[in-house]
Amino acid sequence: MLKQIEGSRAVAEAIALCRPEVICAYPISPQTHIVEALGEMVKSEKLAPCEFINVESEFAAMSVAIGASATGARAYTATASQGLLFMVEAVYNASGLGLPIVMTVANRAIGAPINIWNDHSDSLSQRDSGWMQLFAETNQEALDLHIQAFKLAEELSLPVMVCMDGFILTHAYEQVDMPTQQQVDAYLQPYEPRQVLDPREPVSIGAMVGPEAFMEVRYLAHAKQMQALERIPQLAAEFKQIFGRDTGGLVHTYRAEDAETIVVAMGSVLGTIKDTVDEMRDDGHKIGVLGITSFRPFPLAQVRAALQNAKRVVVLEKSLAVGIGGILSTDVRMALSGLQLHGYTVVAGLGGRAITRKSLHKLFREAQQDTLQQLTFLDLDWDVVNKQLARERAVRRSGPAAENMLRDIGTVASKIA
Amino acid sequence: MPFQPIKFYQTGTFTVGNRLLKPEDRSVQSHRDRSNAINSGHRACQGCGEALGARYALDAAMEATGSQLIAANATGCLEVFTTPYPETSWQLPWMHSLFGNAAAVATGIAAALKVKGRSEVRVVAQGGDGGTTDIGFGCLSGMFERNDDVLYICYDNEAYMNTGVQRSSATPPAARTATTMPVGPNPGNEFGQGKFVPAIAMAHEIPYVATATVADLRDLEAKVKRAMEFRGARYIHILVPCPLGWGTASHDTIHIARLAHETGLFPVFEAEHGVQVSALPIRKQLPVEEYLKPQKRFAHLFGAKPKLDVIARIQERADRNIRKYGMVQREEVL
Amino acid sequence: MDKPFAITLDPGSSLANHTGSWRTKKPVYLDRLPPCNNACPAGENIQGWLFHAESGDYEKAWRVLTLDNPFPSIMGRVCYHPCESACNRGQLDSPVGINSVERFLGDEAIKRGWKFDAPAASTGKEVLIVGAGPSGLSAAYHLARLGHSVEIHDAGPLSGGMMRFGIPKYRLPRDVLDAEVARILKLGVTLKLNTKVANIEDSMRAGNFDAAFLAVGAHIGKRAFIPAGDAAHIVDAISVLRSMEGEDKPMLGRRVVVYGGGNTAIDVARTAKRLGATDAIIVYRRTREKMPAHDFEVEEALQEGIMIKWLSTIKQADEGMLTLEKMKLDDKGFPQPTGEFETMAADSLVLALGQDVDLSLLQGVSGLEISDGVVKVGPNMMTGHQGIFAGGDMVPSERTVTVGVGHGKKAARHIDAWLRNTTYEPAAKHEPVDFKMLNTWYYSDAPKTLRPMLDAIRRQSSFDEVQGGLDETNALFEARRCLSCGNCFECDNCYGVCPDNAVIKLGPGKRFLFNYDYCKGCGMCVAECPCGAIKMVAEDI
Repeated sequence: MLKQIEGSRAVAEAIALCRPEVICAYPISPQTHIVEALGEMVKSEKLAPCEFINVESEFAAMSVAIGASATGARAYTATASQGLLFMVEAVYNASGLGLPIVMTVANRAIGAPINIWNDHSDSLSQRDSGWMQLFAETNQEALDLHIQAFKLAEELSLPVMVCMDGFILTHAYEQVDMPTQQQVDAYLQPYEPRQVLDPREPVSIGAMVGPEAFMEVRYLAHAKQMQALERIPQLAAEFKQIFGRDTGGLVHTYRAEDAETIVVAMGSVLGTIKDTVDEMRDDGHKIGVLGITSFRPFPLAQVRAALQNAKRVVVLEKSLAVGIGGILSTDVRMALSGLQLHGYTVVAGLGGRAITRKSLHKLFREAQQDTLQQLTFLDLDWDVVNKQLARERAVRRSGPAAENMLRDIGTVASKIA
Repeated sequence: MPFQPIKFYQTGTFTVGNRLLKPEDRSVQSHRDRSNAINSGHRACQGCGEALGARYALDAAMEATGSQLIAANATGCLEVFTTPYPETSWQLPWMHSLFGNAAAVATGIAAALKVKGRSEVRVVAQGGDGGTTDIGFGCLSGMFERNDDVLYICYDNEAYMNTGVQRSSATPPAARTATTMPVGPNPGNEFGQGKFVPAIAMAHEIPYVATATVADLRDLEAKVKRAMEFRGARYIHILVPCPLGWGTASHDTIHIARLAHETGLFPVFEAEHGVQVSALPIRKQLPVEEYLKPQKRFAHLFGAKPKLDVIARIQERADRNIRKYGMVQREEVL
Repeated sequence: MDKPFAITLDPGSSLANHTGSWRTKKPVYLDRLPPCNNACPAGENIQGWLFHAESGDYEKAWRVLTLDNPFPSIMGRVCYHPCESACNRGQLDSPVGINSVERFLGDEAIKRGWKFDAPAASTGKEVLIVGAGPSGLSAAYHLARLGHSVEIHDAGPLSGGMMRFGIPKYRLPRDVLDAEVARILKLGVTLKLNTKVANIEDSMRAGNFDAAFLAVGAHIGKRAFIPAGDAAHIVDAISVLRSMEGEDKPMLGRRVVVYGGGNTAIDVARTAKRLGATDAIIVYRRTREKMPAHDFEVEEALQEGIMIKWLSTIKQADEGMLTLEKMKLDDKGFPQPTGEFETMAADSLVLALGQDVDLSLLQGVSGLEISDGVVKVGPNMMTGHQGIFAGGDMVPSERTVTVGVGHGKKAARHIDAWLRNTTYEPAAKHEPVDFKMLNTWYYSDAPKTLRPMLDAIRRQSSFDEVQGGLDETNALFEARRCLSCGNCFECDNCYGVCPDNAVIKLGPGKRFLFNYDYCKGCGMCVAECPCGAIKMVAEDI
């Protein structure tokens, strides 16, 4: 059924169709609308049986989900940014214990400086946490990926993050095709836990494992994600059979068949990139796109296959590995090891900075001419940065950088002066 | 003529069992078919109070629930000594997640049971004082205020023993720990710091809060049983001496716990919905020295020049407890 | 369940880890000797019979008790209960009222008509016992139960010896005495009264006895030389007490003076009071602290209005008048004359200065050694003459009913062995249990239950029994005050307090076992055992 609704609402309704049994909620923008909607559904008993728990922190949210999942309940929570960092210890624990929790990450920057807008720093910081991470390009995909995520998680007994760009997707009203309960029930069977806390068959979950077996346990976690590389495309195919839509999978190419330049990205920015590429194609540029849906497990073979015939690769990512550069681009480079390709890392859109078609046009043309810096910060205000650097060179106690720069821009200065 | 009706048999209610009592009046621990929630072969130190307290509490809880019980466990000695791969001592469904989240994990377990319509299965969360009063306190308070159907049991040995005896917020004043050494002008742990979580639990007005020690099994079991009669958040705080951390003989664990109560330093009471409803009376009040002296962690208070001023401050704490919680010496007989 | 590798484990699997290897010391169960048992002259297993009384199984308790002593009802009245003086509970509050429970059991047995188990198969051996007092009857009882044929000869007209002729009936009612003696006779013991043994060897030959046990009581009052006028009325205490058992009660007058400081002096003074004396006065040469009579008897006497004149000797007795000399104690506590005299009116003077045994039956018997009026016996109670054993007042010892009963038991066991051409080796004594070995925390505070005392007015005018007995509820309570020193009473403490579940509970009456596979040797079971029935021993490493 087609609906014009907010992304968060669409995701909430899709989650509800998945019949979650325990939902843990702690408010943090921009995921709040999802759990608010779910809370209302549980309270009004439209979603039942389900326990909606207002926890006191994200750490508790994940911990409650851990307990619920280990007791055989389908558990769900959502978070973003600082919230994800606050729950990190439990994030690792959930995957270490092999608990198939599904969590929406409404991607948002990490402070300081505190910033509520979108980038991918939060979930990418958890790339080694043992969770699978699926990135949605549109609200429709976000909705669909959640349905697939429960199936994926429960089949493999591993938790999944469904990542959707904060505000850009969560707060955007778009048309989505909302599945029916029958469709979802046909696709997603009830949760049958691999291990469960039950007095009928007592077990101890969460033993202390020493050097004699720890490596094996960690290897098995990796092996399971390798299994997911096979399973994710199959799940997408099965999804298409029931829902009639191509959603999910590991990677998607766009106009990349004969492309000399391929832009790699994740999430909603792919839409802007595709529009830009369309325009450049119209101008005769041989440029294409590779969208990565599954960031973890990372589909090295699929990425390599998609890129190996290009001359250059531009990885445009909404994240920054301070001190080296890109995060996604590092993984892409690994997929390309041994291939003689020009590779560019473009850090873009941090903290919600708009990524415009105009900037992308300029960027991609520079790339085609190989005049691009290996590591490029899209639309960086060099004037502000250089002034601050100069100030810091001159004065030991030069004051807080963010305020100084805002004053340079005039945003704060006008109020103080 | 002086005559007392027989209230207690030969040994009163203090022993574990008593052949003269009706079977239903005997302690859970006296039963041959007790659960032994923690099985033999665990790796706790000799004379571990926590191993004992946990078995006391969980066996009582299993008895009260017909073994329909699941436990969530915080990181700590109790977790480490019971579940080193490839063996576990636990005989009930048990889960360890993290140091600071036992209460929240238990909430999740309880929620799952509720949604699955298995209300007969009850949930216990447990941890040491570090996992309860410090790192796990946020989750604990959250579980309390939501009144989740969980019994949280804190086994308080008054420091971080698993990591090598560092101070926790349950460490008593003057006690030596690895991070409050008996050096400098104020040796040992500071006065005026720390927190007493049972009182904080009461402030949440949860259905049931109790304290107990491993020295009075009957009292402990009665409290666990009582706790299981409530739904909602419940808290039992059990003092479990640690021979290693306190510097006491392994055979003295129960003796020391007894002294903690008999001196008034550890108040033993219960509260319902935030209101104290009982106190375990002191049988024969003893000066705090009796409790402090056998413990090496307080050795710096004694020796050639006993620190009488510090001992007096500790005595004041004991006296205050006795007044505050009404642990007056009972008139046992006329 | 398809369990994830390593992080999820099967329940209780730590049994594979045998923590017993950590141990350097291990606990072991043992029985220790409780102080009551150790102190009992009759060798009663007091803790053992209290154990059954505690559970209300009085018949079992009585049966265990009477394995050592056939007179619980009598003991419960006349024994000076050294067990209670030794009782560890005395250091806690007050001793267990062992004596009163014993009396309760004895009285229950009489009331319910409990009988001894039938004797063992007959041995065909015959034993002559001389004297039907506590020692002789005790020996007869034990020998009969061991299957020997027993015949008692007693010179007196009634059984009981000093229990009848030396102890006033207000302390020991005669129906109690008769009942407990009759029960022994029912075992098949032959009692010949009014049969004085003039010569033991003749009697043994005449009756074809294989062995003899001599247990003649000290019935002869000692006399002291007191210058006396012709009309002075002087009698000895033991005669007074004996004549109480006959038709003609002694005539002592309204003002009776008793000379002496032992229990007999007290008995006779209290008897005189009951016979109608307005004044019964004991004259004793030393002080109350030095008096050999038991303090509680002195106290009872004082309550009844008996007067005691301390630090005085009697120098002269005349009709209706005595002359006393005041004494003082020297540095060593001995009384010394002061030369100060006083007079005291007295209708009669009763001498209670000790008693002797009539040893005439031993004349001509070879091998005997007699000194200070008593016969020497070996550790097996046999005299220097083969087959002739002796006990009670006849041998050097304290002269109490309980000691006599103990001698009877001990002699019986040795006679039995001697008749079988073996020797009796008593079981090795357990190590004694000290108060410090107990963990008294586990005993609830409970004071001794006092026995009801007869009203003082009635005590002065009648021979009704002074001290009442316990009823069932308070006897049970009193029994349950026992700390069971040194002997497991299955309180389950060791089973409960072991942090390693290394104690195996075997079930009612079967006690416990240590599971050394898991015992880490912490010693908590020892520390928390209420009664000191576990100890730590070094592990063989």
